[in-house]
Amino acid sequence: MKILEVKDVNKRFGGLKALSEVNLSVEENTVHAIIGPNGAGKSTLLNCLVGKLIPDTGSVMFNGQSVLGRAPHEINQMGISRVFQTPEIFGDLTVMENMMIPCFAKRDGAFELNAISSVQSQKDIIEHAEHVLDDMNMLDKRHMVASAMSRGDKRRLEIGMCLSQEPRLLLLDEPTAGMARADTNNTIDLLKEIKSKRDITIVIIEHDMHVVFSLAERITVLAQGTPLVEDTPENIKGHPKVREAYLGESSGH
Amino acid sequence: MFGLDKKDTMLLLLVAALTALAPFLLNPFPEGSALAQFNAGYPDLMQRFVIFGIFAIGFNILFGLTGYLSFGHAAFLGVGSYAAVWMFKLLSMNVLPAIVLAVVMSGLFALLIGYVSLRRSGIYFSILTLAFAQMMFALAYSVLTPITGGETGLQLALDDPRILDGGVETGGNIPVPGLFGMEMRDSVQLELGAWVFTFNFGYYFAAVVMLIAFYIAIRIFRSPFGMMLRAIKANQQRLNYTGLNTRPYTLAAFVISGMYAGLAGALMASMDPLAGAERMFWTASGEVVLMTILGGVGTLIGPILGAGAIKYMENIISKINSDILHNWFAFLPDGLEDLLVTLVYPFIGKGWHLTLGIIFMLVVIFLPGGLVEGGQRVARLFKSKKTDSSAAKPQTEPGE
Amino acid sequence: MDAIILQILNGLDKGSAYALIALGLTLIFGTLGVVNFAHGALFMIGAFCAVTLSRILTLSHVVVDSTKTDFLGRPLEVQVPYVYDIFGEATGAAVIDWAVPLSILFAIPVMLLVGVAMERGLIKYFYKRPHADQILVTFGLAIVLQEIIKYFYGANPIPTPAPAAFTGSFDFGAILGFDPNTIIYPYWRLVYFAFAAVIIGAVFAFLQFTTFGMVVRAGMADRETVGLLGINIDRRFTIMFGLAAAVAGLAGVMYTPINSPNYHMGMDFLVLSFVVVVVGGMGSLPGAVLAGFLLGVLESFASMREVIDLIPGINQVVIYLVAIVILLTRPRGLLGRKGVMED
Repeated sequence: MKILEVKDVNKRFGGLKALSEVNLSVEENTVHAIIGPNGAGKSTLLNCLVGKLIPDTGSVMFNGQSVLGRAPHEINQMGISRVFQTPEIFGDLTVMENMMIPCFAKRDGAFELNAISSVQSQKDIIEHAEHVLDDMNMLDKRHMVASAMSRGDKRRLEIGMCLSQEPRLLLLDEPTAGMARADTNNTIDLLKEIKSKRDITIVIIEHDMHVVFSLAERITVLAQGTPLVEDTPENIKGHPKVREAYLGESSGH
Repeated sequence: MFGLDKKDTMLLLLVAALTALAPFLLNPFPEGSALAQFNAGYPDLMQRFVIFGIFAIGFNILFGLTGYLSFGHAAFLGVGSYAAVWMFKLLSMNVLPAIVLAVVMSGLFALLIGYVSLRRSGIYFSILTLAFAQMMFALAYSVLTPITGGETGLQLALDDPRILDGGVETGGNIPVPGLFGMEMRDSVQLELGAWVFTFNFGYYFAAVVMLIAFYIAIRIFRSPFGMMLRAIKANQQRLNYTGLNTRPYTLAAFVISGMYAGLAGALMASMDPLAGAERMFWTASGEVVLMTILGGVGTLIGPILGAGAIKYMENIISKINSDILHNWFAFLPDGLEDLLVTLVYPFIGKGWHLTLGIIFMLVVIFLPGGLVEGGQRVARLFKSKKTDSSAAKPQTEPGE
Repeated sequence: MDAIILQILNGLDKGSAYALIALGLTLIFGTLGVVNFAHGALFMIGAFCAVTLSRILTLSHVVVDSTKTDFLGRPLEVQVPYVYDIFGEATGAAVIDWAVPLSILFAIPVMLLVGVAMERGLIKYFYKRPHADQILVTFGLAIVLQEIIKYFYGANPIPTPAPAAFTGSFDFGAILGFDPNTIIYPYWRLVYFAFAAVIIGAVFAFLQFTTFGMVVRAGMADRETVGLLGINIDRRFTIMFGLAAAVAGLAGVMYTPINSPNYHMGMDFLVLSFVVVVVGGMGSLPGAVLAGFLLGVLESFASMREVIDLIPGINQVVIYLVAIVILLTRPRGLLGRKGVMED
C-alpha cells in the first residue's frame, strides 16, 4: 500500500522554481531516501509534507487523506512525525519531560486544558515515556536538562520523542548532518534497530551516501526541483543521470 | 497534602504562615523608635503586598511559563476595578459579587485581546498588548467617562441603587465594602509593650484570596498544562511538530493571567472603593513586569517576593527624607554627615524610582532568576562549603 | 480644503519627531539587533541638553548699575550674564536668544558620548540574550536615566523658548490663495520639519554614499558574512549606536520650544515610536520615516472636531488602532522585510 503520495507538486519562491512537477510515492513499511545536490529542493519538499509550506499546485496524500492546508500539529496528529536537521528539543526541560510531551499529544490530542491534575499523577504517560527512554538507552539521563546533553544524545532523544507517538511515517531531515563518523554509524544502527522492531515507514533526506545506501530500500534522486529517477539503491549507484547530477559532488562515497 | 507533593506543600504552608503572621513580622520595631518608619505592618500596605502579589502571580503564569511578555496587563486590573465598583454601586457592598464579576469581565477582555494579540509572538506581541492597553486607558479617560468616571475616577455615591442592600440604613454615609457584615476596614489593635500590631479584616480577606490564588498557581505549574506552557517557551516549533496546537495553550494562559489581574483589581476596589484610569496606564503594566523579574520569573514564590519588595520600597523608602537621613548619620562628624546624606539622598525619598531602576538593571544583568535565584546561590554557597567537594552538580529544578 | 492642509501641517511636526526617534530605533535594531527601550530617554536627554545650555548661557553675576535706582533709592543691582561680558551686550543677548539652535552643537558630542558609553557599557553584553532581556534591561536603564534627570532638573516642565525671530506664525493661507489667517503655522514648527528633513536626508546619504555606510548596510543585511570578510563590524555598529543616539538627541533639542521638556517625555514618545517602528516595518529605515510622518498626520486628522464628533475618542487611539490592524494584516509592516523578529 502507498502510504504517501505526492502528485504534480509545484512550488515557486518569487522567480525561483523550487519544485516542479514532483511526483513521489512511498510504499508502507519501507525506508525511502530522497537525495540530491544542494538546492535540489529536498527541504522544500519536506516542508510541503509537514504543513510548513503549501505547494502552489498538486496534491500530497497521506494514508488516503490530503495534508494540504493543514497546520503542522494536525499533520502530526494524522501520524507523521518529523526529525529536524539540527535537533529540535525542549532545551529548558528535563529529558523525561521532553519525552512526556509527545506522549500527552498522542493521548490527549492537540489541546487539552488539564491544568489541575499533576503531571506526576499521569501514571500511564510516565510509564510510556520511561519505556521509550529505556528503548533509546537514555533512562539514566531522564533527570538531566535536555540542553546539557551532547548533540548525539539530543538527536537520539528527538528520534525517541517522535517514536513515542508511534507514527506511521517518520520524516528525517539529514539526521547525520554535521556528525562525526562514529556518531553517524551509531545513528544508522539506531535507525536500523527502530525499523527492525516495528512497522514504520521512514522517509529520509540525506546528503551522506554512506547513510543512504546503508538504510534505504528505495531512493528518489531530486535535481533542480524535479525527480530524476526513482529506483533501488543498486540501480541508483550506477545510474548515469545520477552521476551527472552529482558530478563533482560527494563523489568520495 | 491538597494534591501537592511535599516540597510544594511546604512552600504553600510557609507562605500561609508568613501572610498570617505578617502583622507581627512586618512590625519588628517598637512604636516611636527611630526605626519605626521601616515598619510595614499597617493595613493599607499589607493589603497592597498581597493584592499585587496576586497580580504578579497571574502575570508569571503567562510570562514565566510561556515567555510571552505582555506590556498591557494593567488593563485587566483596571477592568476588574471598574467592574467591582459597578457591582458595589448597583448590587451590593458585599465583595463577593464584585469579585466574581471582576474576574469574569477581565477574563472576557483577556479572551478578546489575547485572541488577537497571540496571533503574533516576540516583540510584536508585546507591542500589541501595549497598544490595546493604551487604547483602553485613553478611552477610559475620555469618551467612556459615563462608565469609568473619566479623570476623577469611578466613585460610590449615596444615591447608588445597591439593589440587594436596599433595606440597609446607611445613616447618611456612603457604605463601605464588606463581607457579610464584616467591613474591609475593620481592624483590631494589639499593644504589647512598645509594639502595636494591627489586624485588619480586609488584609486577611485579601491574604486568603491570595493563598487560594497561589495554590491554584502551584497546581497549574505542576499540571500537564503547565508543562506545555513551559514547552512553548522552550521550543514552540518542536511543540507544533509534536502535534500540539500552541495557540489555545497560550490563549488559556493569557486568559488565566488576565483573570488574576482582574481579581487583584477587584480586591483593590474592595479595600478602597474607587477606580481610576491611571491603573491601566502602561507604567502600571511595567510595574508588574518589574515585580515578576525582580522576584524571579518562572518561579512560584518569586512574584510574591517581587511584589512585596517593590511595594515596600515604594511606601517605605520613598518616605525617608533628608531630615531622617541627618538623624541617622548624626553620630558622624558634621562634614562626613553632610557628605553621606548628599550621597544617599538621591536614592531615597522621591528618588526611590532611581533605586528601583538600578536594582532592576542589576537583576536583569547579573541575576536573571531574580531574588529566588539569589537565594538559591547563597544557599548553594553554604552547602558547598559544608559538603566540600561532593560533586554538587547544579540541579535546576523548574519552578522552585 | 484649508482645514485639510492645516491638519497635514499640524501633523508634520509631531510626525517629524516620531520619524526621527523611529529612525534611531530602527538603526539600532537593524545594526545591533537590539530592541532599545531606552531610546526615548535619549530623546529626553537631548531636550535637556538644550535646557542645560540655556542655563549655562544665562549664568549671571551681579553688577551694581549706578545709573538706576530701585524703589528705595539705592543703586540697582542687576544680573548680568557672563556672555554679555564676553560678546558684548547685543551679541550676548542674541546668543541667549538662540540657545536652542546653538544647543545642537552642544548636543552632538554629548549624545555621541552617551550613545557610545551606553553601547560599550551595557548593550554589547546583551547582543546574544533574548529580546525580552534586552527590552527589560533597557527599560530599567530608561527609568534610571529619567530619574537622574528628574533629580537634577525637577519634575516640572521647563519652558525653553525658540529664538524670537521664530516666535511668530506663518500665514500659509495667504500664499495659497485662501483667506488670510485660515492656515497659520508657527515658524518654529516649520523649522522643526525642515530640520528633521535635513537630518533624515543626512542619515540616508551617510548610509548610501560612504564606505562606512555601505559596510553598515551590508551588516544589517547579513552580519555574519560581513564579519567573515574580516571587517570589524562591531566597532562600526558602536558608532552607529552613537549616531542613533545623536539623532534622537537632536530631535529632542529642537522639540523643546514645541513642548517644554520634562523628565518623562522620553517614555511618552517611546511608546508611540515603537508603534511607529512596527507599523513601518521592523528594520526598515524608509519604513520608519514614512510611518512616522503618516501616523503624525493621521493623529492630527483624528483630532479634527468633525472626526471626533463622528467617532468619539478616535484622536486618542488612532495610532494604536492602525498599529493593531497593520500587525494583524501585514506583520512585516509597511516596508519591512519578511520574518524579521517573528520569533
